[in-house]
Amino acid sequence: MWEGFRHFADTYLMWNEGPLIWMSDVLILLTSIGIVAVLTYFKKWKWLWDEWLTTVDHKKIGIMYLICALLMFFRGGVDALLMRTQLALPNNHFLDAEHYDQIFTTHGTIMILFMAMPFIFALFNIAVPLQIGARDVAFPYLNAISFWLFFFGALLFNISFVFGGSPDAGWTSYPPLSELAFDKGPGENFYLLGLQISGIGSIATGINFMATILKMRAPGMTLMRMPLFTWSVLAACVVIIFAFPALTVALALLLLDRIVGTHFFTILHGGNPMMFINLFWIWGHPEVYIVILPAFGVFSEVVATFARKRIFGYGSMVVALMAISVISFFVWVHHFFTMGAGADVNTFFAVATMAVGIPTGVKVFNWLFTMYRGRIRMSLPMLWTVAFVPCFAIGGATGVMLAVAPADYQYHNSYFLIAHFHQVLIGGTVFGMLAGMYYWWPKMFGFLLDERLGRWAFWFFNIGFYVCFMPQYALGFMGMQRRMYTYPADLGWGTLNFISTIGAYLMGIGFLFMVAQIIYSIRYGQRDLTGDPWDGRTLEWSLPSPVPHYNFAVIPTVEDRDYWWVLKQQGRTQELRPRPEEIQPIHMPKNSGRPFLMGVAFFVAGIGFVFNWYVLAVLGLLGVVACMVARAFEYDDEYHIPVEEVQHTEAALGRL
Amino acid sequence: MAVVHEASDAFNVREHGHHHDEDALRIFGFWIFLTSDLILFACLFATYVILSNHTGSGPTPADMFDVPAFTAETIILLTSSFTCGLATFAMHHGRRGLMLTWLIVTLLLGLAFVGLEASEFTRNALAGATMQRSAFLSAFYTLVGTHGCHVSFGILWMTSILIQAWRKGLAGEIPGKVFIVGLYWHFLDVVWVFIFTVVYLMGVMR
Repeated sequence: MWEGFRHFADTYLMWNEGPLIWMSDVLILLTSIGIVAVLTYFKKWKWLWDEWLTTVDHKKIGIMYLICALLMFFRGGVDALLMRTQLALPNNHFLDAEHYDQIFTTHGTIMILFMAMPFIFALFNIAVPLQIGARDVAFPYLNAISFWLFFFGALLFNISFVFGGSPDAGWTSYPPLSELAFDKGPGENFYLLGLQISGIGSIATGINFMATILKMRAPGMTLMRMPLFTWSVLAACVVIIFAFPALTVALALLLLDRIVGTHFFTILHGGNPMMFINLFWIWGHPEVYIVILPAFGVFSEVVATFARKRIFGYGSMVVALMAISVISFFVWVHHFFTMGAGADVNTFFAVATMAVGIPTGVKVFNWLFTMYRGRIRMSLPMLWTVAFVPCFAIGGATGVMLAVAPADYQYHNSYFLIAHFHQVLIGGTVFGMLAGMYYWWPKMFGFLLDERLGRWAFWFFNIGFYVCFMPQYALGFMGMQRRMYTYPADLGWGTLNFISTIGAYLMGIGFLFMVAQIIYSIRYGQRDLTGDPWDGRTLEWSLPSPVPHYNFAVIPTVEDRDYWWVLKQQGRTQELRPRPEEIQPIHMPKNSGRPFLMGVAFFVAGIGFVFNWYVLAVLGLLGVVACMVARAFEYDDEYHIPVEEVQHTEAALGRL
Repeated sequence: MAVVHEASDAFNVREHGHHHDEDALRIFGFWIFLTSDLILFACLFATYVILSNHTGSGPTPADMFDVPAFTAETIILLTSSFTCGLATFAMHHGRRGLMLTWLIVTLLLGLAFVGLEASEFTRNALAGATMQRSAFLSAFYTLVGTHGCHVSFGILWMTSILIQAWRKGLAGEIPGKVFIVGLYWHFLDVVWVFIFTVVYLMGVMR
């Protein structure tokens, strides 16, 4: 009995690993008890189930994505601080090599797939239906499935830390290192299945928003009248639909290698590891455009709103977005110029990579020209946008340096590369997502985030960013390679690494200010009573904050780009207020618990495959099939909101 | 998608229009899904083409493929696609009985296809050509097997729709569902044409 317990604790709970794990176990246990206790004490279980776990409302799903993204930002950030602490001094042994490997793997995977992806999906969900004048997305039930697959995929990945062991083959997980022969623990399986499950959800989101944008726009909203954020989501969805299946295949084949014993990427029996690397980057490079394009969309909205001008060069912005989404599929080999594909192949991919700079440059200049002679207000969304421009320009320039294939033989996998991609991913995506969060926060919650604490967060995060990453460019030139867990003192890297670590901690303080800002603002933040706190331009600002769950009592008819702004200029805002006689019963989808249960079933199947417990895996998959069959035979999944209820809600909001 | 309803009052007209819009939206969404599924197959094809001559110590395609068997599979699946089209055609003309008949024929042909493929796989595996034997065999079983899983899933799906059409007739959401499962079935047929060409024909010709 005791022996059995010892075996379980050492094998699955990893209690022989020491205090880091014990501390995490205690923290997780206390947090879980805390959550359960609070929900029980305040009798909130039913509320949680009815209002959140079963919801198909795009606004609530968006909020859940946002909460997850912020939590994962914290987890990924703690990983980053652990790494920087380890690297602060030469010959440091704060972490051992194995733990360092696990931490850089989880940091990368979480930041890309479980922070950036849910963050963009949060903004998709919150803004797109409101911007195009729709009551919900095209397939609300599928939208809920997407969220729960993401949620349980992320849970599966994160749980590896305290149950079975974290993956340690890097976020790119290259074979043959990630093959069973060299990586025996369940960690790599956690990586493969966590990403696979959330990836299915991402494909579904891409399909859903593409259909929403192309088919659900309000009358009069032609494609060329769409807000640029919606355009950027459309561009991102095109990339998702064409890129994610490649990840699905790469992960599935590696999983087959590991659990069935096939030879796709082993070196034995004709397997070819480069095939994985190609498939991975055929998804992986478009993936970074998936997370940057919505950020570009946010900047376009923010710049126009806070400079109080029409966006400069709308048409060229649209063309640039679409051009980036197409070119994104022709650059993947630049991640492995050193593979030895030959000068001709490398030349093609080098030129294609540099070509991305052209549409991106068009966009940057358009933002600058929009600001030119505008009456700029430096509110938080604009502050992050302005900070983005120089940061992304430097990141873009170092990107072009890396794109020069012969020179890349020198930079490849050095800290120069690390600094480059952090500069574009933080300076582009993170700044953009934060700008978007500040911008749409009042629309989601009905209050603004505190400006003063937000500025502290901004300055700590920004200064911290440059202090952290500028030294890393130099370290790259000095020969420091990525993923090395320590270095000897006589190489002279100590000072710059120490400075870089200081910068990382400054960014951490910036994040804490954001947390403080959110907590403070829930109580004291300025309430948004008008629904239009920024003097906005697009349809979402014509609605009250937070938006009633049917969005528009009467679907508006759009006559121009930036229609809400136009109506304000012409003193015609009354036209978007519902008139009592126009209100009709509204069709809405019913809530359903099945998407959540389907996520649970996928999670159970995932655990089963991770540990090769096939009975559990089959049970999980049967659960998935059961959910699908139940859905197939479901007919009555919509209801009407009666006219009186809509009138009552609108009257209470003072809009009738 | 013309399923004519006699609708007397305004509410029914709106309801009918609503279903029509919903169907069009679902069909559009399903087309996008097929695009991404096509990319999935494209990646598997690329993997297969790269690995198809990495036979290691195992059999080559020419050693393994059985011409009568894969020809039979092809003819059966192409025919099932035709009968599936006939089912949709019957539905458009409001002939429920005929539609059900053609769907049942399609399902039987689908089952025959899956059965033949399963026996081909079993025969090869028992002869030692398992998916663990070489990179070529890993890629072969995965590509063709993924298609087979899609067909099996399609059989389950079509059965569920058959039951619904049996019970509820051609009202409401049923025609849209029949049309979408038909799209899926034809899509699998198109993928098979590529498997037939790239895997089997080019395999035996080498």
